[in-house]
Amino acid sequence: MRTVCFYFQVHQPFRIKPYRFFDIGEDHYYWDDYLNRNVVRKVAQKCYLPMNALLLELIHKYEGKFKVAFSISGTCLDQFEAYAPDVLQSFQQLVATGHVELLNETYSHSLAALKSKEEFSELVKKHQDKIKDLFNGYTPKVFRNTELIYSDQIGAMVADLGYDAILTEGAKHVLGWKSPNYVYSNAINPDLKVLLKNFRLSDDIAFRFSNKTWADFPLTTDKFVAWLNAIPKEEQVVNLFMDYETFGEHQWAETGIFEFMRHLPEAILKGSNFSFSTPSEVAKGAAAVSKIHVSTPISWADEERDLTAWLGNDMQDEAFDRLFELERMVKKIDDVEIKRDWEYLQTSDHFYYMCTKFFSDGSVHEYFSPYDTPYDAFINYMNVLSDFILRVKAKLAETEKVTV
Amino acid sequence: MRVLMFGWEFPPHISGGLGTACYGLVQGMNHHNQEVIFVVPKLWGDEEPLADFVNASDVTIDYRERKFKKIWKNLTYLEVNSFLVPYLGQEEFKKYTDYAMHHRTDVDESIFSNKFEFSGKYGKNLMEEVSRYALVGAQIARDRSDFDIIHAHDWLAYPAGIAAKEISGKPLVVHVHATEYDRSGESVNRPVYEIERAGMHAADHIVAVSQLTKNICVRKYGVPAEKVTVLHNAVLDASIIKSAYQKKVPEKIVTFLGRITFQKGPEYFVEAAKKVIDRDPNVRFVMAGSGDLLNRMIDRVAELRMGTKFHFTGFLKGDDVDHMYAISDVYVMPSVSEPFGIAPLEAVRHNTPVIISKQSGVAEVLKNAIKVDFWDVDAMADAIFALLHYQSISKMFKELGGEELKKLKWEHVAAKLVTVYEKTLAQRS
Repeated sequence: MRTVCFYFQVHQPFRIKPYRFFDIGEDHYYWDDYLNRNVVRKVAQKCYLPMNALLLELIHKYEGKFKVAFSISGTCLDQFEAYAPDVLQSFQQLVATGHVELLNETYSHSLAALKSKEEFSELVKKHQDKIKDLFNGYTPKVFRNTELIYSDQIGAMVADLGYDAILTEGAKHVLGWKSPNYVYSNAINPDLKVLLKNFRLSDDIAFRFSNKTWADFPLTTDKFVAWLNAIPKEEQVVNLFMDYETFGEHQWAETGIFEFMRHLPEAILKGSNFSFSTPSEVAKGAAAVSKIHVSTPISWADEERDLTAWLGNDMQDEAFDRLFELERMVKKIDDVEIKRDWEYLQTSDHFYYMCTKFFSDGSVHEYFSPYDTPYDAFINYMNVLSDFILRVKAKLAETEKVTV
Repeated sequence: MRVLMFGWEFPPHISGGLGTACYGLVQGMNHHNQEVIFVVPKLWGDEEPLADFVNASDVTIDYRERKFKKIWKNLTYLEVNSFLVPYLGQEEFKKYTDYAMHHRTDVDESIFSNKFEFSGKYGKNLMEEVSRYALVGAQIARDRSDFDIIHAHDWLAYPAGIAAKEISGKPLVVHVHATEYDRSGESVNRPVYEIERAGMHAADHIVAVSQLTKNICVRKYGVPAEKVTVLHNAVLDASIIKSAYQKKVPEKIVTFLGRITFQKGPEYFVEAAKKVIDRDPNVRFVMAGSGDLLNRMIDRVAELRMGTKFHFTGFLKGDDVDHMYAISDVYVMPSVSEPFGIAPLEAVRHNTPVIISKQSGVAEVLKNAIKVDFWDVDAMADAIFALLHYQSISKMFKELGGEELKKLKWEHVAAKLVTVYEKTLAQRS
C-alpha cells in the first residue's frame, strides 16, 4: 500500500536576553522572558492554534484516514506551559484522537548526539518523560534527532535506546541514484528503520508554496496529487517532513496555505491510491529495501544538508566546545537551575545565530535570529557562558566540600 | 589678547578627544585672562560659557563679496557630497549606516542660501560642511576686527582658518591634534591630506600635540621643524577617582578601551591576550568599544579559542566607562599611531596601571607606565603578566602615575600657547 507520511516539527528555543560583560558574575538569569513569550504568543495566534484546529477538524472528518506526526521539543513544551497553555491543550486534544503520533527527540533540541552519548541519552529520556507526563502516559516509538541530524553512529545510538525507527533528510549526496520513497535501515544496526524526507515535495509546500517566481506557482492540490501519481508505482512511501511554523508563520494565511491543507487530504484520498500513515505505521508496514550508509552527519538545513548551519566557523566551534567541556562538572552537581541552564544553553538555535554562511545576503538565518549579526550572537552567548562557568565551578567547589 | 578659534566640536557634544582638548585649552586661556572667540559649526546651547561662542549655523554669508568667491573657488576641489567619512567617532560609527541611508532633511542645501545649517557631525556631507565652514570663517573675519590672531583646530577647521587669514590678514596658528597618517596609516585619504597640508603651509605657526606628531608634520607634510611647537595635552581633572563600583568576577581584568580601528592597534591586544591566557588562565580580557575592525577581532578571538576569557562590551558610554576603568587591573593602549591619547591618563586617575605603545604621544609625558612597541606582542604580554603578578611594580606605577598627572595642567599648556602667539605676532611686525 502506498502512503503519505506527514511529520511536523514544533520547536521554540529559550532565547538569551541581552547579557553584558558587566553582568558576568552577578546576573544569573539568562533568558529573555519577554521576547520568548511574545514569539510564542505570536506564533500561537498565527500558526499553532489555527492549524491545530484545522487538523482536528480533518481528523474527525476523515475518521482517522488522515493522520499526522509531531515532534515537539522540550523547550517548546516548557514555553507552552508557561506562555500558551491553550496551545498545549490543543495538542493534547489532537493526540487524544489516537491519530496523531508524537516523536521523541532531545529535550532541549540539543546537538549532544555529536558530542556525548551520555548527555544525549539523558536528554532523550527527559523528553520521553515530559511527553508521558503531559500526554497521558504516551510513549513515543520513533525518534527524530535535532534538525534531522543523522549518521550511522547516531542511528546505532538511537537503536540502542530501543527505538523502531528514525527520521532524517533524503539528502542527495547520500542517496545518489536511490529514491527517498522507500524504507531503509541503519548501516550498523539493521533493526532501526530509517525514514527519509522527500525534500522536493516537502519543500514545495514548506518553502516554495508562496514563491511567485517558481515555475509551478501557484501550487494547487490537483497539481500536488498529479506529482504524487507520477511517482513510480513500486515506490511506497512519500515522507513530507517540515517545520510546523510553515503553516501561517513562514507561509502566511493570506497565501492560502490553510486552504491548501484543508483540501489536500480529500484530493489525495480521492485522486490517488495513496493513504496517510504515521512514521511508526510506515516503519511497521514496510520492509527495509537496503541499508543506508551515512558516514558523516547529514541534516535538513540549507542547500548543503550538513552541519555547517550550527558548527564549523570558529565562533560556533569555540562556543560549542567550551559548553561541552563543562559536561563532567555539571553532572556532578545536583542543582535544578544549573541543570536547566546547561540544557537550555545546548539548544541548536544559539549556534545557528552565529552562522556566517549567509551573513552578507541575509536570508533564512537572519529571519530566525534575534541578533543583528552572528558576531553579536557570539558575544552575548559567550558572556552568558562565562557566567555559567563561574557558577558551575563555584557550585562544584561547594558540592565537593560537602561530600568531604 | 583676543583669539579667534575655529573648532569642530565642543563639550558636551563631542565624539572624540578633539572637543575635550579644545575645552581644556579654552579653560586654560581663561585662567590667564585671555579672551577667546570660539566658532563651532553647530552650537547646542548647553556649552559652558567659557568663550565668546559663535554658532556658524547663524552666520549670514554675503555672497556679493568678491573675495569670498575666490575662497569658494579654491574650495571646489573638495568634492561636495562625496561619500567620504574619514573621521568617525565610536558612536558615529555605530550610527553611520543609518545616517548615510536616511538623507538628512534638516539642511537647506541650496548653494544660494545665505545661511547653512551645520550638523557638526562627521557624516556624509562632511566635505560640504568643511567648505561652508570656511565661508563662515571668511565672513566672521570680515565682520569683526576684535581679534589679534587666528587659531584652527584640526583639518576640519583649517580651511576656515585659512579663509579668515586671507580676509583679515591676521596670523594663523594651526593646531594638529591628529593627522591623516594617524587615522589611516599609509593609505591616506588624498583630499584630507591636501587640506591638512594646505593648512600647515598657510599657517604662520603650527602647534603639535606631541613630538611624534611634530615629526609627522615635518616628514610627511614638509613643514620646517622650527615652525612647529610641541604642546602636550593636559587633563581637566587630575584627582584620583575612587569608584564604589565592584568587580563581580574573581579573575583579574585587562582592558582595551577605544575605537576598534586600525589606528588603535586592537589586533596586537588580542594576540598578547592569547599569550597571557596560555600562561595564566585566571585573567579576563575586555575589548570595550566599537569600530570597523570589531568583527575581525571577534573572529580572531574565536579562532584562538579564548571566547570565555576575552569579552566584548560594544561602545560604552557614561558611567560604564568609569566602571570599566574601575574594575580593570591593567589598561593597555597598543595604538599604532596616536598623536596624544588621553585614555591612559583616565586609567591612571582610576589607579589602574597602564601599558602604552611607544607610538603614542602620551608616552612622552607619562613616565610611570610600561611602554612597548605596538607590534611587539611578546613584550606586551610580558608587561601584562608582570603588572598582574608582581604587586610592587603595579603599586609603584599607581602612586607615581597619580603624581605625574597632577603636573599636566591646561593652564600650563595655555601659558605656553600665549608665548607661541606672542612670538608669532612678533615675527610679523
